[in-house]
Amino acid sequence: MKARIRKLVTFLEETHTEMNRPVQPPTRRAAAVAVIENPFAGKYVEDLSELMDIGGELGELLSQRAVAALGIVGSAAESYGKAAAVGENGELEHAAAILHPKLGAPVRRVLGKGAALIPSSKKRGGMGVALDIPLGHKDAAFVRSHFDGMEVRINDAPRANEIMVAIAVTDSGRPLPRVGGLTKQQIKGEDGLH
Amino acid sequence: MPDVQIRKKLTQIEEVFHEGGPLAAHPLRRAAILAVIQNPFAGKYVENIVGFMDDLKPLGLEMARSLINVLGGDAKAVEGYGKGAIVGSAGELEHGALWHVPGGYGMREVLGGAKAIVSSTKKVGGPGTRLDVPITHINASYVRSHFDAMEIGISDAPRADEIVLTLVMTTGARVHARVGGLKASEIKGEDGLR
Repeated sequence: MKARIRKLVTFLEETHTEMNRPVQPPTRRAAAVAVIENPFAGKYVEDLSELMDIGGELGELLSQRAVAALGIVGSAAESYGKAAAVGENGELEHAAAILHPKLGAPVRRVLGKGAALIPSSKKRGGMGVALDIPLGHKDAAFVRSHFDGMEVRINDAPRANEIMVAIAVTDSGRPLPRVGGLTKQQIKGEDGLH
Repeated sequence: MPDVQIRKKLTQIEEVFHEGGPLAAHPLRRAAILAVIQNPFAGKYVENIVGFMDDLKPLGLEMARSLINVLGGDAKAVEGYGKGAIVGSAGELEHGALWHVPGGYGMREVLGGAKAIVSSTKKVGGPGTRLDVPITHINASYVRSHFDAMEIGISDAPRADEIVLTLVMTTGARVHARVGGLKASEIKGEDGLR
């Protein structure tokens, strides 16, 4: 593995009630986060291909971990998202190199499908910075019940020379969705949107 | 006494491979489980609250079992523990103290009679409040390598009338422990201290 990983953190969240109404079955979302060394910290490097390769490795590792935390088979996943936080000695483009060129393909292999764009966010920040990972349905981006987000943070990351990379996977949408729009039963799953 | 009403749960698992030093032969694993429950005493002063400790016992047991499960399923792998509570703004610190007995009981029960006092902390706070849960060795409080802590929190809890209850377990010493003191190999295991 090219990535030099300092730590891996997994979060699993279950919501059982909202406004005293039962959520049945509970909605569940998981996030897997890797804290890795930034090989380009502190200098400008033109060719970011090493980080792109690392993105591919982490796409597989983190999506497998998120699915394992949910205890489901990959094809049972409903929504997904990705995010990265670059420590202060790195640049936003380092997050882009990890997230965009190569991370998505292995995620889609692990989940069986994934016609929709994987929603993403990125930032530069200090240790304990909160990452809000956007979530959208994996096969149809317009499924309104699955627009969501998951906050993750690790108190000791990212250090100045590190990058924190996160993938979130759910087996459900928001707890009590009722704002209409395309439903998951109506998904065609061809163009990634509908 | 009222039933325990759970709004959501969060499980957090960390694997630490190194912290700038040599790679650990066995990565340190730390896990926390959080339950967001309704505070039955929110918004009023209630003199007699001790009965709620018994109501919380099944939850303590279930949370302790979950932690062992996410740490691999073997209670013998657990070497450190801690617990904590965050009480929402309509409650009082004393409500957090209700967790001492059921939280400790749950962990001792599943760990087969751990001897050391379970280190703990608590506070009153709003949604997103972070808590540094102290961790010590399960059989001897003075084992220096196992003094540790894990930061926990949930972005949307506790609401004013809620309590966040947490248990934490670890599988070993700090990843580069080297400040001397009583070693885990030197534990007598009689008084819970040494």
